[in-house]
Amino acid sequence: MRVLVAMSGGVDSSVAAALLLDMGHEVTGVTLRLWGGESDSGCCSVADVDDARRVARTLGIVHHVIDDSELFMDRVVMPYIRAHAEGITPNPCIECNRHIKFGSLLERAHRLGYDAIATGHYAKVERIDDGSYILLRGNDPLKDQSYVLSSLTQDQLRSLLLPLGGMHKSEVREKAALLGLSTASKPDSLDVCFINSREGRGNFLAKYTDLHEGEIVDSSTGHTIGRVDAVELITPGQRKGLGLSGGRRYALSVDIAARKVIVGSAGQAYEAGLQLRDITWTTQGRGDEYLDGMKVLVQTSAHGKVRNAIYRDGLVIYDQPERLVSPGQTVAFYSYDFPDMVLGSGIAERGISAEETERQFRQLGSSVDVSSMDIKPIDISFIDVSSIGAQ
Amino acid sequence: MPYLYSYYGNPSGSHSVSRQARDAVEDARQRMALHLGCDPGELIFTSGGTESDNLAIMGVAKSRPGKVLCSAFEHRGVLAPCGEVGATLINIDHNGLVDMEHLKSLLDGEVSLVSVMLVNNEVGTVQPISAIAEMIKTYAPQAVLHTDAVQAAAWMDVASVTSDVGMISVSGHKVGGPKGVGALVIRDGTPYAPLLRGGSHERSRRPGTHNVAGIVGMAAAFDAAAKVRGLEHRRVLELRDYFWELLSTIPGIHETAPDRSTKVPGILSVYFDSLDQQDLLVLLDEQGVCASGGSACSSGAIQPSHVLIAMGYSVTESRGAVRFSLGHTTTREEVVHAADVVRSAVAQLRGDLR
Repeated sequence: MRVLVAMSGGVDSSVAAALLLDMGHEVTGVTLRLWGGESDSGCCSVADVDDARRVARTLGIVHHVIDDSELFMDRVVMPYIRAHAEGITPNPCIECNRHIKFGSLLERAHRLGYDAIATGHYAKVERIDDGSYILLRGNDPLKDQSYVLSSLTQDQLRSLLLPLGGMHKSEVREKAALLGLSTASKPDSLDVCFINSREGRGNFLAKYTDLHEGEIVDSSTGHTIGRVDAVELITPGQRKGLGLSGGRRYALSVDIAARKVIVGSAGQAYEAGLQLRDITWTTQGRGDEYLDGMKVLVQTSAHGKVRNAIYRDGLVIYDQPERLVSPGQTVAFYSYDFPDMVLGSGIAERGISAEETERQFRQLGSSVDVSSMDIKPIDISFIDVSSIGAQ
Repeated sequence: MPYLYSYYGNPSGSHSVSRQARDAVEDARQRMALHLGCDPGELIFTSGGTESDNLAIMGVAKSRPGKVLCSAFEHRGVLAPCGEVGATLINIDHNGLVDMEHLKSLLDGEVSLVSVMLVNNEVGTVQPISAIAEMIKTYAPQAVLHTDAVQAAAWMDVASVTSDVGMISVSGHKVGGPKGVGALVIRDGTPYAPLLRGGSHERSRRPGTHNVAGIVGMAAAFDAAAKVRGLEHRRVLELRDYFWELLSTIPGIHETAPDRSTKVPGILSVYFDSLDQQDLLVLLDEQGVCASGGSACSSGAIQPSHVLIAMGYSVTESRGAVRFSLGHTTTREEVVHAADVVRSAVAQLRGDLR
């Protein structure tokens, strides 16, 4: 196959390119230039373009640099800024994957005559008997990146190779060292690539949008018990950074218009479920209707805890109350019976209480009592578990 | 090459090996001075066009503060230092020529420096530098005129049009010589303060040990270019016109600044309707055809061309722009091959194939 591999200059994508060559593919490297400003996360700065080029030269593959900074600004950075201004905490990496890496880059690869694109993500794509594709967790539990790929659809999976899915990070580093790749000991990239740590999130946002000072209000007494410099920087569920003394207080919600952060006790920082928006299904034929009323596993951050829940028409209801999830965060669904398989994802719109959960269910015309809900088993006979489940 | 091995002396030294190197540098200086129409003492050697441009802009700005003007589609080597000293941009018309009326309106007693390139590096248009010099003499006689002649030197007798220009930048590789060497003419009496400090090389205007081999190579390249210029000009002009004839039947292709009479033959700049130049450049590169988009930035990625934007082209049009360079090594066969590759690449991207 003719494969276009997205090379960030880091160790993962470098080894991915090398493995694709080993597999006999015709490999071309591409580095996306996405951000003109300062960056120190090791994701898309100019220095990394040089690293990627060096790696490509070592591997003897052709390497191109593509500037997609305008689209990145449009689809990733500006939505990130607008969301904060509305009190929402988005996940820019997932939007970048959705719109840039597996959006415009994939379209470009097709235009340029490539059969597939590849990245250094730790996750697996498998073709199953019915000809469709499934997305699975990577074998390294500490590096698994299936969460940030959970918005991908069949169209994207069909043209995607993830050579590192079956490997552990240590094996990847060994392979890089073996190949003499200059990126072998480079640190992992962290954080939001377009914000450098010296500047920080607050200063970055302040360049593009107004930040407002606000009051911290106790949810039980209604009294103002403190102030914050910028309500836009407070995330529901957050405890640190509120500057409160005495007992543990958590931000429960943020009211940007009223310039208020509502705080409460640890016990109050729980919710029964989530209302989701922008839901996409990864697995063919196992979307909304199929999943309706069934048990799923949900994960609400990149390496966060996996929770049991029931899915129903845009709602997830946990089997027991869970810590608050900030609006804007991606919620990935995994199969209950086959926990490595991604089913899809949505974006948390708001948390819902137990009472509301029941009401919502009633409005949906369901007579089902949530607490004793009948759980249908998911048919997983389409997966050859012995071949891909082995870890 | 002998100046890398046999005559390895430092031209600033005092013994015989150094003398050979110094003689070579001074000989090169005399020949370069001839090509650029200045006294040998008015020419300094630099590391290339960008350094020459920087020294000119910053050198004058430092010595004589005042209003600085430069054309809106200068090379970054001029634009960047001009930006640093708060320069005003002179408008460019749709044909890629300096808007003389606008220039006139900007000239007054406060202007200390005007920088206008002799030939634009992206579209190849030749600027009316003599007329600009004339205008400055009338409306801002105190101002220094600098011209970036980097792109012009291979195609024009620079000296014949720059007798009234105070400062001239050139580089070695644009006339077929080595990379990393250039020259700057600073006519006597020009207000100029050096940027580098430390030695008395180049009469302290540009201290630093000479790149002897590079300087000798550049002078040789200028000699060679001058000898064949007339013939090459005609030959490449015919090639370029033939290349355009082949390309012009591709649907949705346009030549930028289509008035040929104002352009040097070495550049053919075109744009395609609804096409991403980055896609086209990747396909051309894979087929061994080297072309450029806007201007290459340090990472190798392509930014929309400030040159085409300055000429009034839309961002969308500039996104579809590609520039082909033709030179003394270009042959008719290559032009035919390149046109074929471009035609099929455009067809592929438009979805006419596959």
